[in-house]
Amino acid sequence: MLHFSRFKIGFVVLVCLMGALATLPNLLSQETLKSWPSFLPHKQLSLGLDLKGGAHLLLQMDSGELRKDWLKSLRGDVRKKLRDARIRYKGLGQTKDLVRVKLVDESKKEDALRVLRTIPQPLGNAFSGSSGYDVAIEEGFDGFINVEPTTAGMQQRISNAVTSAIEVIRRRIDNIGTAEPSIVRQGVDRILVQYPGIGNTKRLKELIGKTARLTFHDVHATTSGDEARQTRIPLGYVIYPDADDPGYEHLLREIPIIYGEDLVDAQPGFDQNTNEPIISFRFNQKAAVEFGRFTAQNVGRPFAIVLDNGIKDDGTPDIKVLSAPVIREPILGGSGQISGNFSVQSANDLAVQIRSGALPATLTVVEERTVGPSLGADSIEAGEWAALVGGIGVAGFMIFAYGLFGVFALFAVFVNLLLIVGTMSMIGSTLTLPGIAGLILTVGMAVDANVLIYERIREEMRNGKQPISAIDGGFSRAFGTIIDSNLTTLIAGIVMFWLGSGPIRGFAVTLSLGIFATIFTAFLVTRLMVALWVARQKTRKIPAPL
Amino acid sequence: MFKGVDFWPHDKVFPIMKVRRSFVIASIVAFTLAVALLATRGLNFGIDFKGGSLFEIQSKSGAVDIGELRNKLNGLGLGSVQIQQLDEPTDALIRFEEQKAKDGESSEKAQQNAADKVQEALGGDVEIRRTEVVGPAVSGELAWAGITAVLFAILGILLYIWFRFEWQFAIASIVALVHDITITLGVFSILGLDFGLSEVAALLTLAGYSINDTVVVFDRIRENLRRYKKMALDQLMNLSINETLSRTVLTSGTTLLAVLSIYVFGTEVIKGFAFAMLFGILIGTWSSIFVASPFLLWIGVKRDWSGIAKSDKATAAAQS
Repeated sequence: MLHFSRFKIGFVVLVCLMGALATLPNLLSQETLKSWPSFLPHKQLSLGLDLKGGAHLLLQMDSGELRKDWLKSLRGDVRKKLRDARIRYKGLGQTKDLVRVKLVDESKKEDALRVLRTIPQPLGNAFSGSSGYDVAIEEGFDGFINVEPTTAGMQQRISNAVTSAIEVIRRRIDNIGTAEPSIVRQGVDRILVQYPGIGNTKRLKELIGKTARLTFHDVHATTSGDEARQTRIPLGYVIYPDADDPGYEHLLREIPIIYGEDLVDAQPGFDQNTNEPIISFRFNQKAAVEFGRFTAQNVGRPFAIVLDNGIKDDGTPDIKVLSAPVIREPILGGSGQISGNFSVQSANDLAVQIRSGALPATLTVVEERTVGPSLGADSIEAGEWAALVGGIGVAGFMIFAYGLFGVFALFAVFVNLLLIVGTMSMIGSTLTLPGIAGLILTVGMAVDANVLIYERIREEMRNGKQPISAIDGGFSRAFGTIIDSNLTTLIAGIVMFWLGSGPIRGFAVTLSLGIFATIFTAFLVTRLMVALWVARQKTRKIPAPL
Repeated sequence: MFKGVDFWPHDKVFPIMKVRRSFVIASIVAFTLAVALLATRGLNFGIDFKGGSLFEIQSKSGAVDIGELRNKLNGLGLGSVQIQQLDEPTDALIRFEEQKAKDGESSEKAQQNAADKVQEALGGDVEIRRTEVVGPAVSGELAWAGITAVLFAILGILLYIWFRFEWQFAIASIVALVHDITITLGVFSILGLDFGLSEVAALLTLAGYSINDTVVVFDRIRENLRRYKKMALDQLMNLSINETLSRTVLTSGTTLLAVLSIYVFGTEVIKGFAFAMLFGILIGTWSSIFVASPFLLWIGVKRDWSGIAKSDKATAAAQS
């Protein structure tokens, strides 16, 4: 066990140097790193939000709302398909789960089914190879035809919605600061937003929590919302409340003239006459033409700008008419402005939200954790103190118990730390507070490997062996024990990584890396140093080392 | 050259297995008490598992006035609000449970609204250093993930030891492990300490550490089984425990030092974790000596290891 080939020595030294090199950037400032030659590692350990301060928001997409929206558009599809095929229907309704329709003439059922079966789209997932359609068309027992989204179809819908929501959130957040947020999908319908350096999440939540779907509608020519409520709402029209005057309601055509997606720009500004905050916007080419034609035909009548913000706290839809200006002349330039009793802040936020696009559905915050920067700094300081005091304590203990060999063990533990921190820097993992605890614990456990070896050497010597063969026996016999004891801890570490979230994962990473590093350092670094020490004695009769 | 001080009285053999009865009884009593406590008093689950909100605040103007704070927050109608003074006189921890949803409102929203109210009520005089708001959907999942994590860890360890040793060893080490986890939970119960996600991490680490300790002793028992084919089992175990005792004490000592420094210097966030580890190291050391080996003796082990010893040597040769 005490012989090292040159190749092996080279390997050990190389690994130690690589660990040191990969750790080094953490000790340097950003400026020094810039002038660093490109072949050397640059990556610094990134600090978790619990250390540098920041907000952690877990958002959940409202799949119920998504389903409702989908059913609404399916209802439109059914109506259109049947109308185009000239099949008359009498009951077209929408329940919580499906759209159902009844035909006037039951004998047309086969035709109707054939037409409606053009609605389902094949599920597009080339990777999973899943087959099937997103919507199922079935004949009900009661003479109805049911149009129902399939489970897989709904899954795909949610998944797509989350993907686009992540993009929207990113664009919105990019508008409020320079920090680099991390926005990732979690599970099926959740999004994790981590924003460093922000202590108060209120603004963040306001900005990403609103759907902000903007639409432009035609206003009913003769009937007001009030009148419609008292008599009946004309087909294809809806009633939306006014944003400024809660008592007033507008009667609008349900299908918009222009959708928010057709806006290419939105900027906050001030009205030249009244000096009120406004939002000026521009349409894309297609919408500009559309809007020009509409306004040319409707001079003297109002149109409505509607903001749909998803679901309110109390579960009711949050839709309101921002403003309903009267068209004075055809608007042909494709730009305009919205005035809606905004504050500077709300005009600014809404402009950002319009620019970044609408969220596909309301997002609810299901978990929120924030750490203020000062607490993070305190945590780092506490971690440094704990590491320093713990380190000195362990070092004193080891030198007291094992003398020079204790120093060897301490060097091995030091290399161990370099390897862990270096590897973590290279793979870009994040150091969290539990991660620091994991590091300190690793120090304790790494010492254990050396203790096992040294106690074994002492035991061999008590059994009458000569120092060299005692050292040899100590290393080889401790090997199995160290492997067994460390692998069992590794199992706990892997389970933690696998099932844990956030802080637990950080701990699991340092603990697991620590175990590999411990096995390496105890068996190669400590042993190499002991072997070199033996070689320096220049005699087979070395003094008892322990 | 300084060789270090070998303070351990190696020539003294402690008759641990002879007096094992009293230690085993102590463990059984502690275990039973812990189970009874967990069944009646239960654990003081933190907001990770129960849902709810937590604020750590620091007063900008001197020591924080807990009474005034209580008055301010009790008026908000949030149910029971716990306010706890922290080590620093300027710091306090505010906790309140999951809010019931008012009609129409989702319970997730209710959490958020309550947290917003508290933030408003606290005003500008305090700095909010940390907030945690966990809704019911997430807390249920976190609790489940915590339980499965501990169970899977135990299962993995069981399989590994079964594979490396014999089933008797696996059973004995799991008994010791369950003993450790249960008693640690019992201590959390009796002291009413907050039990959250980081405490689950501590339990898993404890599991790893405790098994580590047990495996070192078992490894020696296996080795001695091969060496002393005729020695009585209790005598052989006693020898094995004594041979590894100096290592057990030294390692527990250094690890304890490391964890103690985390406990002393650590901030509020990490204290519960460090406490669980601190206690876990002590109980893990205890169980590897006084629980695992007596249990192994009780269920008995296979005495003939010659075949396995041979194949072990073969693998050792292949490794080197």
